[in-house]
Amino acid sequence: MSWLIDVLIRGVAFGTPLLWGALGEIYAERAGIVNLGVEGMMILGAFFAFAVAQVSGHPVLGLAVAAVIGGSAALLHAFVSVTLRANQFVSGLALSMLGLGLAGLLGRGWEGSPLRTPLPELSVLPPLGALLAIVLWILLYHTRWGIILRTTGESPAAADAMGVNVSLVRYLAVIFGGMLAGVAGGFLSVAYRPSWTEGMTGGIGWIVVALAIFASWDPLRAVGAALLFGTLFHLSFRLQAWIPPEPLQMMPFAFTILVLAVTARWGARKWQAPEALGLPYLRGER
Amino acid sequence: MHPASAPSALPSVPPSAPVRLAVNEITKTFPGVTANDRVTMDVRGGEVHALLGENGAGKTTLMNILYGLYQPDAGEIVIDGRAVRIRSPRDAIAHGIGMVPQHFLLVRRHTVAENITLGLAGTRFFLPTRDVERQINAFAERYGLRVDPRAAIWQLSVSEQQRVEILKALLRGAGILILDEPTSVLTPQEATQLFAVLRRMKEEGKSVIFITHKLDEVMAVADRVTVMRKGRVVDTVPVAMTSKSQLARMMVGHDVDFRLPARRPGTGAPALIAEDLWVQSDRGLPAVRGVSVVVHRQEIFGIAGVAGNGQRELVEALTGLRPVDRGRLTLGGRDVSRWSPRAMSKLGVAHIPEERVRMGIVPPMTVTENAILRRYEEPPFSRGPLMDYASATRFAQQLIVEYSIQTPSPRTPARLLSGGNIQKLILARELAHRPDLIIAAHPTYGLDVSTTDRIHRLLLERRDEGAAVLLVSEDLDEIRILADRIGVMYGGELIAVMPAGTDRGTIGLLMAGQRP
Ligand SMILES: Nc1ncnc2c1ncn2[C@@H]1O[C@H](COP(=O)(O)OP(=O)(O)OP(=O)(O)O)[C@@H](O)[C@H]1O
Ligand SMILES: [Mg+2]
Repeated sequence: MSWLIDVLIRGVAFGTPLLWGALGEIYAERAGIVNLGVEGMMILGAFFAFAVAQVSGHPVLGLAVAAVIGGSAALLHAFVSVTLRANQFVSGLALSMLGLGLAGLLGRGWEGSPLRTPLPELSVLPPLGALLAIVLWILLYHTRWGIILRTTGESPAAADAMGVNVSLVRYLAVIFGGMLAGVAGGFLSVAYRPSWTEGMTGGIGWIVVALAIFASWDPLRAVGAALLFGTLFHLSFRLQAWIPPEPLQMMPFAFTILVLAVTARWGARKWQAPEALGLPYLRGER
Repeated sequence: MHPASAPSALPSVPPSAPVRLAVNEITKTFPGVTANDRVTMDVRGGEVHALLGENGAGKTTLMNILYGLYQPDAGEIVIDGRAVRIRSPRDAIAHGIGMVPQHFLLVRRHTVAENITLGLAGTRFFLPTRDVERQINAFAERYGLRVDPRAAIWQLSVSEQQRVEILKALLRGAGILILDEPTSVLTPQEATQLFAVLRRMKEEGKSVIFITHKLDEVMAVADRVTVMRKGRVVDTVPVAMTSKSQLARMMVGHDVDFRLPARRPGTGAPALIAEDLWVQSDRGLPAVRGVSVVVHRQEIFGIAGVAGNGQRELVEALTGLRPVDRGRLTLGGRDVSRWSPRAMSKLGVAHIPEERVRMGIVPPMTVTENAILRRYEEPPFSRGPLMDYASATRFAQQLIVEYSIQTPSPRTPARLLSGGNIQKLILARELAHRPDLIIAAHPTYGLDVSTTDRIHRLLLERRDEGAAVLLVSEDLDEIRILADRIGVMYGGELIAVMPAGTDRGTIGLLMAGQRP
């Protein structure tokens, strides 16, 4: 029994960065923009959170800076995919590479150092994340902003014709997504494993992208999904003595493919991807 | 040609009301076409101004410029005496312009209320659709145009979607309202209700620009009418001083004779037999309830009815697009109840769908590719695994000439064509191979008068050659002109089958659900 509770607590701990990242990605994708740069935004967030916390002694300040850094990185993606209307997938992948490289470069001198003033793992971000999910869910489905955001992702032409500034909505959503990804990364380096190592996100950004899909782009579902994925990830370490970790680490992706297949075949329309996801919008194009 | 710049020979309406909106010398070109060529027109306060013109004349282009969706190459827009630049729909809305677009801009997965809420200013932040649902119902109560505010758009028929677009614009309350073919799939009753609303807007001093291909509607509701041909304005005349035939002449450039050839009497053997057919709607409710009907060769069977009474589901079941729940469907002696759309098409079933852009064409593909969609894998269009684009292009060119489809070239993506020309392309493809059964839903929707006439002649021709035709239309006149027998659908049932020549009143009562 205590074993189970322990596993669940670890699941919450590991699920927290997944949740924050996924909530951000869900909002960006609801506006129609895929951002595959989550891994890069997270690692930048992780590094800057660590560096600021180490120097200032305030981990929360570190998290705030991580949000700004994540948002700035996302701004780059927004510019390329909204203003330049370039391929979103390529731009996102490039952002991931860029973030990993840049964080590695900047973090040279700190490699392996533990954080002097860590944040207790389960204190701030896990409950705040759950609260955020509820707020974002209400905003999405029960407010005027939500209608604007969803319409922009479903049919930018319809939104435009109604006077919505499509580019602005998309920029804001992508930047917001980047800020949450930055915080998610910061959580790793100031709370989850309070230290800095190059590449410490270790592919979590990709799980986040999968999780947004797995949760059918719904903030509340993302809470459950993050807990599930977090638990699975923890089990992959815990059970290492008996089974190799790779199969369990693959589970989130396997689940995502399964869910995609199931919703594509039997799912209600409500649970499918925003119709204009990944498509640049150009006014007047028939 | 009528000189575009010459002053109207007729005295114009006394300039009692001030000009609200004017366009001066607007020009807009696209690669290969001049869609608007120095277009000048004006609209007064309290006026319903009709805009008339053949398919591809440039009406939608001009309206898109007014609504900020396109930028003109040259020319100016003047609102209340001041030259303005309209850079986006946002600017247009700020100037009090509203628009019902020709091709609906609705979010298919959102509800009616959500779609309408987006455009309304001053809705509440939390739960904004609550108030809007009430507004929609109140509006429907007063003016007709009834629609379920909680239904998702994808569950609605095209005419219901059209009602949503109209409601969206009306609830928003624009001072200058553009209606781009708002009545193309409305029933006559719904159109009448819309006209009542337009008259009220007129009394309030608002301006309406009304695009339609139906000359009767122009005569019924408009004050003045501007006729366009090939991107230019032919003339603007007061409706009181013109006639339908004069308008048709101005549009086409020559006299038009709309009398259809006499029908060859007699019908052939049964072609399509439906027995006790049951089909479900998207919502999982029975939409077609035990329909039994026989359509013979050399017969046009018309189905009249208010949209949403099961016609869409019936058509989709007959073309294999929707599973048959119960009952039997026989075509040419074979049981085809479970056949796929492809198999039905191979058997010689042509389908002219009601949602032309979504189901009739592949918008980003070229005119040529769309023209061969039905037979692309057969010679001469393909040899083994390879396409033969030369012969496909030749075929497309032939259709372009035969059906006078206006397109810069066969290589133009189909999405760039005007609405009416897309419809012509679909008809050309579907009728080119002399199908045995033609299932046509609103085949002339959005077509100008002369093209409508052409299509009518074509359907009659195919009928005389031996095809069976099932014609679904809300246009009673069209059904009465073409059909040999007329069935009326109501509540998913075929409640009556009547001979050609049944009067409008009788059919109208049946459409309203008054069983015989
Ligand atoms: N975005 C575009 N790109 C290229 N060509 C275009 C575009 N928009 C319109 N056109 C062309 O401009 C011409 C005028 O089209 P428009 O849609 O204005 O015609 P319309 O008068 O509204 O016809 P319809 O009655 O069929 O709707 C057509 O030849 C069309 O192919
Ligand atoms: Mg048009």
